Amino acid sequence: MTARIGVVTFPGSLDDGDALRAVKLAGAEPVSLWHRDKDLHQVDGVVLPGGFSYGDYLRCGAIARFSPVMETVIERAKDGMPVLGICNGFQVLCESHLLPGALTRNDHLHFICRDQKLRIENADTAWTRDYTAGQEITVPLKNGEGGYVADERTLDELEAEGRVVARYLDVNPNGSRRDIAGITNAAGNVVGLMPHPEHAVEALTGPTTEGLPFFTSVLKQLVNV
Amino acid sequence: MARVVVDVMLKPEILDPQGQAVQRALPRLGFKGIADVRQGKRFELELEGPADDAALAEIHKMAETFLANTVIEDFTVRVEDDAR
Repeated sequence: MTARIGVVTFPGSLDDGDALRAVKLAGAEPVSLWHRDKDLHQVDGVVLPGGFSYGDYLRCGAIARFSPVMETVIERAKDGMPVLGICNGFQVLCESHLLPGALTRNDHLHFICRDQKLRIENADTAWTRDYTAGQEITVPLKNGEGGYVADERTLDELEAEGRVVARYLDVNPNGSRRDIAGITNAAGNVVGLMPHPEHAVEALTGPTTEGLPFFTSVLKQLVNV
Repeated sequence: MARVVVDVMLKPEILDPQGQAVQRALPRLGFKGIADVRQGKRFELELEGPADDAALAEIHKMAETFLANTVIEDFTVRVEDDAR
């Protein structure tokens, strides 16, 4: 039996289609989830996709965090269900306090869209098992508010516990503290990432296919459970 | 009817690139003498009833959980004088 991975669509989500497709290419069964539906339809993991949920009103992810579907996602994430938040999804995870810190406006104020080199720092999370620690990958990055910030103590804690999942290489595109592109919770089942692995899963449309292991990793995790 | 104002500002240690951009534009527009600019948000809440302790406690809770992200922002709550 193949794993069921849900992708939430909020009003204003953009990358739900690509995330569903990445899940399918990885060999899982993609399941569309709706922001107003608390029911997760027996999924084994959830992807919160990129975009501008609720128009980014108030703060990015601030309103999505209180949507009915997130009540269940937050509850299940605390019980160990794998959750991957990409871009706006990362912002939702920070607003939900499933991940520490916050994402703020890029320090140079420009929206940025480029192919971004990253180093995978932690290959032990539910979403990065199919990488090796230290592996360098290139995937698209596109954000206006992607600057990762947290107080020094939190940053030190993340570093000490190996919870920095990915770091920007060559260029820090948005002023993120300590070049942080992605982090995980202490249990390793919740991962937030600013760049977009779901746009790098096919040679035809992506700069590489180096984003696919995010989606195959979770299958391995679920089989092992 | 009472009006309560909630002001939300980025914490001093958080970089405010929007405020900086505003500050940099000022001399070009002929405005001098501004050492720093921080940009924030102001919420005006019209209450159905009076701004009593219970209502203010509720607004405080609202600001803490929703209007501000206390990881990066501070907020203040004040009742506006309604001598209008």
